[in-house]
Amino acid sequence: MSSRDRILGRVRRALADVPDGDTSYKAYEASMDRGYAREHGDRTTEQTVDLLAENLADYRAIVHRCAAADLPELLTRLFASRGSRSVLVPPGLPPHWLAAADPVRIHDRAASTPHELDRVDSVITGCALAVAETGTIVLDGSPDQGRRRITLVPDHHICVVRVPDQVVSSVPVALERLDPARPLTWISGPSATSDIELDRVEGVHGPRTLEVVLMSEE
Amino acid sequence: MSGGTFVGMPAFPEAAHEAVGNTTLRANLRHATHTIRDKRARAVAELDDWAELRAAGRRVKDHTLRHLDRYLVQLEESVVRAGGTVHWAADADEANRIVTDLVKATGESEVVKVKSMATQEIGLNEALEAEGIHAYETDLAELIVQLGRDRPSHILVPAIHRNRGEIRDIFAKEMAGWGRPAPEGLTDTPAELAEAARLHLREKFLRAKVGISGANFMVAETGTLVVVESEGNGRMCLTLPETLISVVGIEKLVPTWRDLEVFLQTLPRSSTAERMNPYTSMWTGTTDSDTADGPSTFHLVLLDNGRTDTLADEVGRQALRCIRCSACLNVCPVYERAGGHAYGSVYPGPIGAILSPQLRGTQSEIDASLPYASSLCGACYEVCPVAIDIPEVLVHLRERVVQGGEATRHGTKVMLKPAKGHAAERAAMRAAGLVFARPGALRAGQRLASRTRRLHPRTLPGPGRAWSATRELPKVPAEPFRDWWQRTQGARSKGKGNDA
Ligand code: SF4
Repeated sequence: MSSRDRILGRVRRALADVPDGDTSYKAYEASMDRGYAREHGDRTTEQTVDLLAENLADYRAIVHRCAAADLPELLTRLFASRGSRSVLVPPGLPPHWLAAADPVRIHDRAASTPHELDRVDSVITGCALAVAETGTIVLDGSPDQGRRRITLVPDHHICVVRVPDQVVSSVPVALERLDPARPLTWISGPSATSDIELDRVEGVHGPRTLEVVLMSEE
Repeated sequence: MSGGTFVGMPAFPEAAHEAVGNTTLRANLRHATHTIRDKRARAVAELDDWAELRAAGRRVKDHTLRHLDRYLVQLEESVVRAGGTVHWAADADEANRIVTDLVKATGESEVVKVKSMATQEIGLNEALEAEGIHAYETDLAELIVQLGRDRPSHILVPAIHRNRGEIRDIFAKEMAGWGRPAPEGLTDTPAELAEAARLHLREKFLRAKVGISGANFMVAETGTLVVVESEGNGRMCLTLPETLISVVGIEKLVPTWRDLEVFLQTLPRSSTAERMNPYTSMWTGTTDSDTADGPSTFHLVLLDNGRTDTLADEVGRQALRCIRCSACLNVCPVYERAGGHAYGSVYPGPIGAILSPQLRGTQSEIDASLPYASSLCGACYEVCPVAIDIPEVLVHLRERVVQGGEATRHGTKVMLKPAKGHAAERAAMRAAGLVFARPGALRAGQRLASRTRRLHPRTLPGPGRAWSATRELPKVPAEPFRDWWQRTQGARSKGKGNDA
């Protein structure tokens, strides 16, 4: 007998108390009593964006706000103040975002080794959405975000969130809008550890600095 | 399962002995558990629907367990459809063999690992080492544990028993033997220690060809796996290697994508007391070549190793709802005093006290005594985000130890003999006197206490009172658990986890 059959057989025997006719799995979603809230609190769109900014900052992301037209200038300033000389750019990043930026653009190629990515100073991406209640940005590997590794290896990540379109209130609303078939990364603040006497230290392996730009589209 | 032992765990008495005399350990633990526990309460209070989320978490998991065979088959189909390969492992030996063969097939002799309870449970690192494959733990705390040739003592912060000075010494002494040495003049500030770990491990991430992980959740409907973490080491191991092998207990399943909305709200708040942990990675099989992202080969090893035996117990199966948040450890007065090592398993604290004896059976001394590693104060139940009634299961398991009865081992029903003259029983008799001689009465009292816990939090009504009188909380039990354990177990030479 294969282990598959053995395990499934054990599961079935273990569930001898479940009546044979129990087909409740068929109507799972319809019959599942969820009972919890879709989102918490009653907020205007503006307040939801404010909450996102507040929660991001609370988890030590650096938050900036700007109008779409001012983004290139802001990014230039951010790279300069950090002294970044090279920046990883996902394939579908709107080119005008970096129209004024000085750093050398590096593109992630299948052949690029992790060591090559490790030598880049910064990375800039868009996002799939951001969750206000938890202060989370979610990347789904779309062309303006690139592969997961590019937001992981460099030490500095700038993520641009289109406000208010990409902002959702809560985790349930976020999941509804995401496609499980895509590789998803949820990021809440920079990499952190509390393993040493529970003192929070930013950055062990992921980027130690996360800057989020809330860009209003009008 | 492989001789029934969790490979690599010490015999209980030695571990407890050590823990008892170690005042540093107790101070570290106390500081840590109290800090997390207070933060957790604040994080939970932010959500006014916490009670409903908790109830839903319980319902989702119970439903899944009730139809586990169907959902496992559905998961398998979904993972295969997404380009993954599914393996089934009935016990630790089989899981280790599967993983070892998969690694060997890549021709590699090094793997990087995401912190995973399942791989610790089966002793994977040791099994790989025996075949000449070096497994590098990449979670900072796991690294501290691995370099210190130590054992984890907490689900979430495995090096919780170490303070910064000890960590500095371990790094300075051991890093060179594993790869990049610690920087000269390393101090004990957490930032410097974290930086040393970053540099040491980055070397390994960047050249790793094989990653090994567990998973916090698997979604039957979509075949998606979820890993929740803070540091980014998880993302490294899930993203950079060419081959990813995930070893996951069959109970980690949820039916639908939507179900994640419950646990992604309750898990971070219960474990690290954060609104959301810094990183969560979700992947569904492998991606096709033009969008290739992450490993090109993905293997999922579904692990039984005593879980189906646990499922067969109608009272005890609720332990399989556990999402390993560790909230129950942080509120447990017994854990706080004894430390995680004393439980003799990778699952310490209240959840360990009910899970280990079910996964491994109650035949060994350590496993037979674990149901007594509790004051039955009920705090673990109150904080559990999936509402596992740990006290209820503890009492149920005590009854099994003392009275014997039917249980399932390795898929077969067995009749357990009463543990006559057993260390656990003798200790319990001393603690409980007459009441314990009639476990049925104690159980009834305890069940009643569960229902009315909010009203009567400190004592058991009726016949249970005599027992609880010496175990009143938050007062320290009359005889601290560690003393009791040392006295009853410390003299014994070995507490091997052998099954019948
Ligand atoms: S038993 Fe409950 S509280 Fe304890 S680790 Fe599991 S889910 Fe968390």
